[in-house]
Amino acid sequence: MLNIIWPFFIIISIIYAILTGKVVEVNNSVFESANETVKLTITFFGTICLWNGIIHIASKTTMIEKLTNKLGPIIKFLFPDLKKEKEVQKEISMNVVANMLGLGNAATPLGLKAMKSLQKLNDNKDRLSNSMAMFIVLNTASLQIIPTTVIAIRNSLGSQNASEIIIPVWISTVIAAVTVVIVTKLFIKFWK
Amino acid sequence: MAFVNYLSTIAVPVIILLVIAYGAVEKIKVFDTFIDGVKEGIQIVIGIFPTLMGLFLAITLLRESGVLELVVNLLTPITSLFNIPKEIMPLAILRPISGSASMAVATDIMSQYGTDTIIGLITSTLMGSTETTLYTIAIYTGIVKIKKIRFVLIAALIGDFIGMVASVGIWRFLS
Repeated sequence: MLNIIWPFFIIISIIYAILTGKVVEVNNSVFESANETVKLTITFFGTICLWNGIIHIASKTTMIEKLTNKLGPIIKFLFPDLKKEKEVQKEISMNVVANMLGLGNAATPLGLKAMKSLQKLNDNKDRLSNSMAMFIVLNTASLQIIPTTVIAIRNSLGSQNASEIIIPVWISTVIAAVTVVIVTKLFIKFWK
Repeated sequence: MAFVNYLSTIAVPVIILLVIAYGAVEKIKVFDTFIDGVKEGIQIVIGIFPTLMGLFLAITLLRESGVLELVVNLLTPITSLFNIPKEIMPLAILRPISGSASMAVATDIMSQYGTDTIIGLITSTLMGSTETTLYTIAIYTGIVKIKKIRFVLIAALIGDFIGMVASVGIWRFLS
């Protein structure tokens, strides 16, 4: 994706700048952008490493297993076709829990594994099954409990209270997640 | 407002407390595990640095050349319809497409308008409550080599849109 967007942005910007006489600004911004990247990365370093350390502890406890079990009823509601497929249910739950904890590196492989298992149960191999559709849509909703990246950015820019946004993020996430679940359920029912 | 703020502020300490207490009770080598996690974190940050560098260049050029302003102004009729501040539009557009690009734009918006202003707060909330939709759909359908994705893209984009409207609405309500 970025192989298309990135050159497009740069080419458009430079041509537009030349045409509108903003060459000085653009020239200055080239090296300024490099400095900005370094500044952001340095603050990032602290927040991301620290949080990764904490989450690593969580991933070694039985916390994930326990949370996975708690998700059972929700998974049954979201994936009615998988009633008898305990193994796939577990893979899906683990992916959801990993997403919630912000374990991006663990969530994606778990999710891809679940997709492969879902494909085995799929009747039509070149079309997403209802369960697959729900699972993908669920993964496009951000379920992360602590939005670490945003907090890191806010910290790096000198926010008075970088965590201030956590509850608003939860509210917004829940609204968006409930909406996509309802929309997907409706699509499954009416989209042929 | 004060209560929401308090809950937000206490979330991180409480989670750290829970995780570490949990680890200690289950007799995990809590400190060693923490160190391993931090080492992994170093790799993550180093890994993302080149991407960020490239994207910061593109975003800064877009802003300084005036292209960003042009696009944002073109979108004003839509944004004013939903009462969305036009300053966050670059983020709203890039958010579903690229995680690192939206990180760069979010940073850019907040360094322009401040982190604790309504624009900064909406930007943060939007960033935290949505995902890289197109990328997620691409890898999840790619692994099973399926092209017929039915309604998935539409449903996911509806979710992104609702997330954006909610992010704006919450801060309009709180401030």
